[in-house]
Amino acid sequence: MTGSAPGGIAAIRALVASGEASAVEICRAHLDRARAIDTQVRAFRHLDGEQALAAAEGIDRDRRAGKPLGPLAGVPVAIKDVLCVRGTPATCGSRILENFVPEYDATCVARLRQAGAVILGKTNMDEFAMGSSTENSAYEVTRNPWDLERVPGGSSGGSAAAVAAGEASVALGSDTGGSVRQPASFCGVAGMKPTYGRVSRFGLIAFASSLDQVGPFGRTTDDVARVLQVIAGHDPLDSTCSTLPVPDYPEEMRRGAKGMVIGVPREYFPKGLDSEIAGSVRAALETAEGLGARVEEISLPHTEYAIPAYYIVATAEASSNLARYDGIRYGRRAANAGDLTSLYVRTRSDGFGAEVKRRIMLGTYVLSSGYYDAYYLKGLKVRTLIRRDFETAFRKVDAIVTPTSPTAAFRLGEKLDDPLAMYLSDIFTVTINLAGLPGISIPCGLTKDRLPIGLQIIGRRFEEETVLRLAGALESGLAFNDSRPPLPEPSGEVR
Amino acid sequence: MAITRDEARHIARLAHLEFSDAEYERITRQLNSILEFMEQLNRLDTSAIEPTAHVESGAEAFRDDVVRPSISRDEALANAPESEHGLFKVPRVIG
Repeated sequence: MTGSAPGGIAAIRALVASGEASAVEICRAHLDRARAIDTQVRAFRHLDGEQALAAAEGIDRDRRAGKPLGPLAGVPVAIKDVLCVRGTPATCGSRILENFVPEYDATCVARLRQAGAVILGKTNMDEFAMGSSTENSAYEVTRNPWDLERVPGGSSGGSAAAVAAGEASVALGSDTGGSVRQPASFCGVAGMKPTYGRVSRFGLIAFASSLDQVGPFGRTTDDVARVLQVIAGHDPLDSTCSTLPVPDYPEEMRRGAKGMVIGVPREYFPKGLDSEIAGSVRAALETAEGLGARVEEISLPHTEYAIPAYYIVATAEASSNLARYDGIRYGRRAANAGDLTSLYVRTRSDGFGAEVKRRIMLGTYVLSSGYYDAYYLKGLKVRTLIRRDFETAFRKVDAIVTPTSPTAAFRLGEKLDDPLAMYLSDIFTVTINLAGLPGISIPCGLTKDRLPIGLQIIGRRFEEETVLRLAGALESGLAFNDSRPPLPEPSGEVR
Repeated sequence: MAITRDEARHIARLAHLEFSDAEYERITRQLNSILEFMEQLNRLDTSAIEPTAHVESGAEAFRDDVVRPSISRDEALANAPESEHGLFKVPRVIG
């Protein structure tokens, strides 16, 4: 194995299974790549070479002993720092958890290990997954591999950047309002938010429990399908995790787009939408027609209300979930605080960053006596209207296609002082979290400044296979994967 | 429905947070601009609409109540800022 990025899951697994390359060699190639490039990209919060190499050695031992290899044998994976990996710090991008070392694996992490994946480390993120640029991390700012002066998107910006830069083969993120899809779009990779209930949330540090879902990143739809295959399915440790059977996603993905009916919601192409974004998505729709799909204009009339409804629901849930950070059982504790109430107040006020405090304040307000009906209950009712918009549309169409984000990656600092402008960058992604639907972002082109453009495909509840099918067909029709970020190539042979 | 600086102080108390005077000024302004943006929801008549707090996830929330291994006391205390005699330690609560 020589030269450029050691590739996707199918290639890596074939090399490892045949013995042409060892899992240790593949792991070392990714660690070398990360060490060479991450001083610029800053995708990782915590890179654990020793543990990764030990896991890779285990895979090679199994192969030599003739034991069956898992579907992800030898595949190097990066994990967003919102997920618990036993024995590795989980900061969630926050100072308040800077010393927290989980005593257990998240279910999706345990399943990756069982499947033979090699965990490289933890990736940077907006604090408690609150943000759309990864600039809200309390630790460092992750850069977009396509342009180091731009954001990678967020909140799973570290995972998206690690995959785009070839530091990891695939990665996990979490998506509450677009936090997998928007960074995938900005970094030119594929990223999926599964249906609410498809993947266990056990070991996922909670932001908004009725919206949160774990999702995979990969350079191709095939990689996303293979990771989803491993992490999806019932978990008795998460009471919202579905008991529905898990289809064979990589197999279903290959069925092509022929005969599919694609809905294009006019509300997602407003007047004034960036013409390069609109043009690129429209061109992809023509490609879909060429592949035998039928395209139909539809309407999702309550789209314009999604952002205010989302920020009511998400902040309300966050204010209650984040009440647990009190300096007693884990995390940071303020020194010399005096009585118990002062201990809580000082610990939280010192430990949380500005955006997290802003959202806790907003969530506390919309739930508070006298304002609950006007804001929180109103938000939940509008959520019903948004859910119904999709139910109506999906009676006529099999999938819905939209831009993932109204813009390509913006510049570092551009929206940092304007919370509302930052919130509006999620305008095309929050709706599906409110409705609990599956969605993927795949790259569909480049702007004239050579920044990736993302296309979002939305499906019916628990129809990930339909979403992946269209994504796979479009991907082969669009040939984006020949485009790579302008980073130095990895040097030399794999040792 | 603009919130005042005093209301912001009240919300902060409920949330166990504190801010400096300058921070109160800033956060009150930001909250008001976000709340003003949320007012657009009032254009919708939702009097006959049921709220959605949680989408149906195809899960079976009930399971048998079976005892199974859990983390040990030592593991549970491993991340505590202060512990003593196998317990979480907090400042004196009852005087």
